[in-house]
Amino acid sequence: MLNVGKIEEGFVLDHIKAGKSLELYDHLQLDKLDCTVAIIKNARSNKMGKKDILKVECDIDMLDLDVLAFIDHNITVNVIKNGEIVEKKALVLPAEIKNVIRCHNPRCITSIEQELPHIFYLADPEKEVYRCRYCEEKYPDSAK
Amino acid sequence: MSPLDFTTQELDKLFDLANDIERNPKKYAHACDDKILATCFYEPSTRTRLSFESAMIRLGGRVIGFSDAACSSAAKGESVSDTIRVISCYADICAMRHPKEGAPMVAAEKSLIPVINAGDGGHQHPTQTLTDLLTIRSLKGRLGDFTVGLCGDLKFGRTVHSLIHALVRYENVRFLFISPEELRVPDYITDMLKSRNIPYNEVIRLEDVIAELDLLYMTRVQKERFFNEEDYIRLKDFYILDAAKLALAGDDLLVLHPLPRVNEISVEVDSDPRAAYFKQAQYGVYVRMALILTLLGLA
Ligand SMILES: [Zn+2]
Repeated sequence: MLNVGKIEEGFVLDHIKAGKSLELYDHLQLDKLDCTVAIIKNARSNKMGKKDILKVECDIDMLDLDVLAFIDHNITVNVIKNGEIVEKKALVLPAEIKNVIRCHNPRCITSIEQELPHIFYLADPEKEVYRCRYCEEKYPDSAK
Repeated sequence: MSPLDFTTQELDKLFDLANDIERNPKKYAHACDDKILATCFYEPSTRTRLSFESAMIRLGGRVIGFSDAACSSAAKGESVSDTIRVISCYADICAMRHPKEGAPMVAAEKSLIPVINAGDGGHQHPTQTLTDLLTIRSLKGRLGDFTVGLCGDLKFGRTVHSLIHALVRYENVRFLFISPEELRVPDYITDMLKSRNIPYNEVIRLEDVIAELDLLYMTRVQKERFFNEEDYIRLKDFYILDAAKLALAGDDLLVLHPLPRVNEISVEVDSDPRAAYFKQAQYGVYVRMALILTLLGLA
């Protein structure tokens, strides 16, 4: 496997669905951080065949990982301190997500007022259903 | 924002107040003497607006507002958030109707004064549901222990959906959904009823079940909702309540309708003591009076 240097402090996000790492990069807003990021695409995985890995060298309080659970909760989050894995973080679905997904209901107030944040709340944790705070549009969308 | 935001105890308190206003209107005639209600209607709904205005005036308060987006600043492109900040300086409480879903919620977040949702698109119309509940409680003497028939357009009718959500919180309610195949109540509602073990049944013809009902909630069946003309002609009479159908019903049936009706209830039914839809309009004012008092902290 391609070798990328060890990190001292930060996160190794493992078992990302192959090809999804750039999407995560965007959602975590890593472009705004001044830190070392390694994106490994299509790494071999016994479990998944192919997977992506993200290594982020940063202060571990700097990243909001709640959003990860929303995007894909099969991701393994390894917390690294002093070059060692100190914790494998379990991902929990966030109660609320802001500006991660957009409400596509054309009747929703967010469709005409551009400056409004797109906020979804966790309506059904069991079925992992989110709803728009304003119009209750369902996400993921399904036949109503 | 939604009647479900109130607990059933809080609703009982609100309805007790509404019934007290009904009995002693004089006692409340000056309760809002120095208060102003703003009715911000981004789409016309004369009846709803007048019921809010009547409620405020009966409390001794005054009313300002607009009744159409064309005459408001929205026509100049002002956001709901900005409008409500300004309205907060002019009035003590606001009733907002808007064609977009969630607009009153946006307003409530930015507002310094209470904002009542007076209808937001096809989403919610909570004061209608409060009106329905108050009417039922006042005329039946209870909420619960009854069989409710909902008749007509159960697919698109938002008043029907929120009434169902409000009624499932009470004990021993059974639902009979009376509608054409095309306008059946949505799956998410029947799923919710199944998961809570609440009995319901779906039927096509009103006369088949009218004898079993304690309450009948009528809604309009619009011609445009049908796929073809023949179906409409074949089915439309099933959903018209006339004296002949009402003769099959029990003596203490209560017939409700959010109004305005077109032809789904024959005029001959109006004089029947079981017809409660005009009383319902009266309760609509009482419940809004109670809501205004409660939200202004004057209850
Ligand atoms: Zn929305």
